[in-house]
Amino acid sequence: MSIVTVQLGQCGNQIGHEVFNAICSDVRGTHGLCSKKENESYRDACKERFFSEEESEVPVARAVLVDMEPKVISQTLSIAARSGYWKYDDRSHFCQKQGSGNNWANGYSVHGPRHKEIIMNLVQKEAEKCDRLGGFFTIMSMAGGTGSGLGAFVTQCLRDTFPTSFILNHVIWPYGTGEVIVQNYNSVLTLSHLYQSSDALLVHENDVIHKICAQLMNIKQISFRDVNQVIAHQLGSVFQPTYTAESGLHYSRNLLGDLMETLVPHPEFKMLGLRNIPQMPENSLAYSTFSWPGLIKHLRQMLIANAKMEEGIDWQVRPPCLGSSVPSSHSTNKPPHFNTSVANLVILRGKDMHSVDLGSFRDPSLYTSWLNPQDAFNVWKTPRAFNKYEKSASLVSNSQFLLKPLDNVVRKAWNMFASKAYIHQYTKFGIEEEDFLDSFTALEQVISSYTIL
Amino acid sequence: HLVSFQKGIYDEALSSFFRNVDTRSGDDGPDIYKGKICSLKARALLIDMEEGVVNEILQGPLRDLFDGKQLITDVSGSGNNWAVGHKLYGCQYRESIVEKLRKTAEHCDCLQCFFIIHSMGGGTGSGLGTFVLNLLEDEFPEVYRFVTSVYPSGEDDVITSPYNSVLAMKELNEHADCVLPIENESLFDIVNKIHQMINSGKLGSTVKQNSMVTSSAGSAKTVQEKPFDAMNNIVANLLLTLTSSARFEGSLNMDLNEISMNLVPFPRLHYLVSSLTPLYTLADVNVPSRRLDQMFSDAFSRDHQLIQADPKHSLYLACALLVRGNVQVSDLRRNIERLKPSLHFVSWNQEGWKTGLCSVPPVGHSHSLLALANNTCVKPTFIELKDRFMKLYKKKAHLHHYLHVDGMEQSCFSEAVSSLSDLIDEYDELDATKGGLRTDPSRLKIAV
Repeated sequence: MSIVTVQLGQCGNQIGHEVFNAICSDVRGTHGLCSKKENESYRDACKERFFSEEESEVPVARAVLVDMEPKVISQTLSIAARSGYWKYDDRSHFCQKQGSGNNWANGYSVHGPRHKEIIMNLVQKEAEKCDRLGGFFTIMSMAGGTGSGLGAFVTQCLRDTFPTSFILNHVIWPYGTGEVIVQNYNSVLTLSHLYQSSDALLVHENDVIHKICAQLMNIKQISFRDVNQVIAHQLGSVFQPTYTAESGLHYSRNLLGDLMETLVPHPEFKMLGLRNIPQMPENSLAYSTFSWPGLIKHLRQMLIANAKMEEGIDWQVRPPCLGSSVPSSHSTNKPPHFNTSVANLVILRGKDMHSVDLGSFRDPSLYTSWLNPQDAFNVWKTPRAFNKYEKSASLVSNSQFLLKPLDNVVRKAWNMFASKAYIHQYTKFGIEEEDFLDSFTALEQVISSYTIL
Repeated sequence: HLVSFQKGIYDEALSSFFRNVDTRSGDDGPDIYKGKICSLKARALLIDMEEGVVNEILQGPLRDLFDGKQLITDVSGSGNNWAVGHKLYGCQYRESIVEKLRKTAEHCDCLQCFFIIHSMGGGTGSGLGTFVLNLLEDEFPEVYRFVTSVYPSGEDDVITSPYNSVLAMKELNEHADCVLPIENESLFDIVNKIHQMINSGKLGSTVKQNSMVTSSAGSAKTVQEKPFDAMNNIVANLLLTLTSSARFEGSLNMDLNEISMNLVPFPRLHYLVSSLTPLYTLADVNVPSRRLDQMFSDAFSRDHQLIQADPKHSLYLACALLVRGNVQVSDLRRNIERLKPSLHFVSWNQEGWKTGLCSVPPVGHSHSLLALANNTCVKPTFIELKDRFMKLYKKKAHLHHYLHVDGMEQSCFSEAVSSLSDLIDEYDELDATKGGLRTDPSRLKIAV
């Protein structure tokens, strides 16, 4: 089944390009460390999912590029084509000249309706190219105007037009110390709207990725390109083909469906965090060896201690003792800083992953009580190594990972809202104070739900 | 920029400010949208009620850039009288101005913004200028209006400049999206600073000619010959950098509409203090890259501001940093973290930074920075202006020159000063919150 990617705004387009790059480069590489047959299966599954073949032998990404100003898209298209390894469809893009001015209301209420038909036509065309449509993957930042506002509108349109398809939104959270002054308003509006139409929100925080670049990748002068490449690597580690428990001897075909089934048992809980280890500069790879037990141990502690990366993990955090009969909704039992999960997915890529013991992830004390522990945890595997890492492990988690960041965004936005600063910029385009209040209410509800896990 | 890159291809960057006209069939030829530059015409309207300045431009080295039909001039000037500029000439030239504006606008694929460049203290720039501002709002309500206003200094030799300025301020309050106030004193100080640097004779201090913020690229004029030229070039550089992200690529684009969106939290508080760095580049390339962090520090030093004000000791409502050249997001973050503690931000905007990264530096530099601050430090400037106004107004000095003009009444004056007072009050209220105890407003409670 194929996935159609919708790249929205400057961030969405810059990241989307790196994602296709990473996927293509992984497939091209001979670093599979597995049998030729395995490699070929992997490559075929990946190609079907993300690329279509046209008369030119260069694979064409299944993507629609949308932006309200022309510079980023034109750059993205030409850099991709110049690589010679893959490209975008020359017609699958739409841009305007004005931009959205970092104004969510402009993106949502003006650009959205105005350009709905053209954009949805492009999406329809890409969807028709797929033998079987596996769903949509949108990439956007929630800080600006286009990715956030137009992105929220487009997601709604996708839901209306394709009511039975899966929609996964990849949302980039901006640096806490401002990239955009009204970023918290834009974020609150985006998240509350996406929650209604999307199946799941997969989140990356710029601050976190920046730290990974600085401390793990040893990059001195970190650029957005560096940040985007780390993000692309992490996404690739989830998106590339795997074997699931049900898929048997074939690579699983239904990535988005599988993700939703394993991770989103309840529509109130849609926030997914992503961790991937190990991460290091490419030139250190040759000198490092890893063991699966070591990787699993670290990943599990990262989960329960809510560590953002594999350095600086707090090993003191322990899961609560089960055994007392107090139901977990009274969370007085749980030690502070302990990250409770709704559901988790671990993905293992590399040799010898058959023997890996994942019992520690099945520990019921990690999870909220209303799901069967068997259902709360899943693992996908492949012997085929990913992107030059001999072994790599990813964790996609529906847990309290994003509770604090979400609370922070809402707190700052509320603070600003109390003074009514910048509101006139939104009412100018039809978003009123009531709309803000609705969004705040929706998000406080999400925060509350995750808090009492 | 054009002079340095002789390739002569008309591209997106040029097209934001110029049309490419096929002049083989005369001045009225069709526009050429791509390919070689034939004849560039500025997308501009030049208005003056006396002819001297415009004539000089039309005889100078840039004469070919201006379309002869994009001019509106008269002979007698406005006599440093806002009322003459606004009411008399406004009325007289309204139709002609609208017609020429429409013509210029038609040549644009997508019109995003008007730049109005004028002074506050005289009659034409101030009076007719603000009339045009009103007109732009009526005729093109969706297009942003950015105004660069030169404010008069205390020792201005135009006696009526306080009247003109305050009358103009009311219009700016109500009809401009963003105002960048400029003071000649600051420009003059910058010019002097560069002059001292050139003449200091210090080892390793040869300044690259075309890198000075006071020079137009390729110009070999010495700084002393035409001081206003040097000063005006600083403002030109300001406008260039302001629009650089819209014209060139970068990893974090910052458009003009984003500036307005992020820096104007309340409609009338749209006065932005600007500072530019660096002022020049030393020709000696072996200067270490501590220069980069120094550039950020300089942007917050009063030496680099285009008006006399003290933002560090006042309250920031918002701040924007537009960086050009080989600067990455980590450099930006490091410097914001470093400078933040010494600056006071209003309680509801503690992280009030808007940032932009444009890959292309200005000619002669490897990187540059423009800082725009919405800060209560403009309040003293406005208070002084009001005081100078009241000094004259109390004695009714020169009032009759204004009231003579058709359409001008005493109420215009009282409304104008009242508008200014209200603005000052708004800044006062915000200042009062500075340093106060901050408690977060209580959050919404959800029924569990």
